[in-house]
Amino acid sequence: MTRSGAARLWLAASVAFLAAALLVGALVGPVHLGAANVVRATFAHVLGLHSPLAGPDDAILWQLRLPRVILGAVVGGTLAVAGAAYQGVFRNPLADPYLLGAAAGAGLGATLVVSYAPASALTGDLLPIAAFCGAAVAVIAAYVLGRSAGAGAGATALVLAGVTIASFLTALQTFVQQQHVDTVQEVYSWLLGRLATSGWREVGIVLPYAAAAWLVILGHRRLLDVLAVGDEEAAALGVNVARVRLFVVAAATVATAAAVSVSGLIGFVGIIVPHTIRLLVGGSYRLLLPLSVLVGAGFLVLTDVVARTVMSPAELPIGVVTAFFGAPFFAVVLRTSRRTA
Amino acid sequence: MTALALDRVSVALGGARVVDRVSAEVDDGEWIALIGPNGAGKTTLLRAVAGLVPYEGHITVFTDAAHELSRRELARRVALVPQVPLMPADATVRQYVLLGRTPHVSYLGSERRSDHVAAEAAVEQLDLASLAHRRLGSLSGGERQRAILARALAQDAPILLLDEPTTALDVGRQQQVLEIVDRLRAGGRLTVFSTMHDLTLAGQYADRLLLLDSGRVVAGGTAGDVLTRALISEHYGAHVDVVDAPGSGFVVVPVRRTT
Repeated sequence: MTRSGAARLWLAASVAFLAAALLVGALVGPVHLGAANVVRATFAHVLGLHSPLAGPDDAILWQLRLPRVILGAVVGGTLAVAGAAYQGVFRNPLADPYLLGAAAGAGLGATLVVSYAPASALTGDLLPIAAFCGAAVAVIAAYVLGRSAGAGAGATALVLAGVTIASFLTALQTFVQQQHVDTVQEVYSWLLGRLATSGWREVGIVLPYAAAAWLVILGHRRLLDVLAVGDEEAAALGVNVARVRLFVVAAATVATAAAVSVSGLIGFVGIIVPHTIRLLVGGSYRLLLPLSVLVGAGFLVLTDVVARTVMSPAELPIGVVTAFFGAPFFAVVLRTSRRTA
Repeated sequence: MTALALDRVSVALGGARVVDRVSAEVDDGEWIALIGPNGAGKTTLLRAVAGLVPYEGHITVFTDAAHELSRRELARRVALVPQVPLMPADATVRQYVLLGRTPHVSYLGSERRSDHVAAEAAVEQLDLASLAHRRLGSLSGGERQRAILARALAQDAPILLLDEPTTALDVGRQQQVLEIVDRLRAGGRLTVFSTMHDLTLAGQYADRLLLLDSGRVVAGGTAGDVLTRALISEHYGAHVDVVDAPGSGFVVVPVRRTT
């Protein structure tokens, strides 16, 4: 009883954290809007009522800040829960959503578009599609390669296949990039990740995939706990381990690819958020997965606030900010996981 | 009634025939111990019964052919306690025991009240109530063994496969664990099929022994039939004496030859 009480408390705290992060994200910017106005105007838009903000201010809120804040939340929640899911199905604390080559594939797709697509073909539309396809193709290739190593090989074979595919695609990407040195700047800024929005378009692209993936991954939360006893014991408990792994990896990959296609490569969220939660509440996926969505969403929104304010009016790439906080944290996680092992 | 019947079961691993045409019958409520030297195929045979390795021949669980049962249906009939279970260090004993209910919970569903009741009963039966909140990483060897037994018990399967249940336990904990298994068997019509390392303990607790060597059954029967100097020296390459100690069964004593 006390445990489920504690779980409810953590959930409530995470919802509060996310709400606070969203509010901060919507408030911080060159134009002062006011907290009460932001909340009232947001509800007015959602409910189809009249916004209390004046025309330009309302546009700043509804066309500029909120789409960006919501995109950050969706991408952050997706990367965090996908990271937690990957760590679960591979029983590897260092797994992240890019483990099976999603990042390298997306990078190659984006580089190809930037290098070869004619400038007239509106790179902006083509780039997310190419990145999405690149990520999906890379993970499918890694999955097929890993499975061909034999059913008994399991998680390790998949991870090795992912590393293989990722290095191969990165080599291709570097080669293409070297052939088109003039594109380095654009590719580089994409690789570092950014939350740039044009209205609600990006949110519309990523949200359906993200929501579907959250449902599938959260639906498997009990089974991810079973997988913690190993493939063989999970099988002896009646679980079809390969099927669970396929469903969870597929959901996490589609969502990651969608996130990457609109935001570039944002590192470390998929590792630091789940691990922080593990340190605080323990390892059960029943609580870890929902908390990852909420905390990951809030974390990326706050990170984006830092990215767009420290050098204002210039922006830091958000990937730099997450890595700046992520790398030292990662060192701590490594030390703790070594101690408990 | 026969709980578990093996009919010429063979298992090949990496091209080698590790289990070779093993036939055996285990009656409902019986305890059969597989003994034999390292590499005789004892563990592999248990894994075949649990449906974890492909095999030739037939395995019948009560009235059903094991290969016709789904993974989940098999797990409702057969519970496996591996020799070295992988125990997630940060799971609590209660969470871990609840995993035993997995074959009774639908794919994306969660445990019902009856599952929690069954898990709690298993916790009680193995005297783990005071440890239920502890994390597995903080348990001693004997406590861990009780936790995995509780998980297997929560599975509510009539057949229990035990792979070396007493490895790495001191002599007191060994007796404790085997007594628990014997008590559960007497109380709940549990059928036990186990591998055993310690021959004396195997003779004391199991109804019948099955001696395996190079994947084949080379002897079977009561402790008196199987625990003989001739059989043990032939198949283990060991020098032993077997003492028929009144009240403690057959005691297998290693003998050091000084010349």
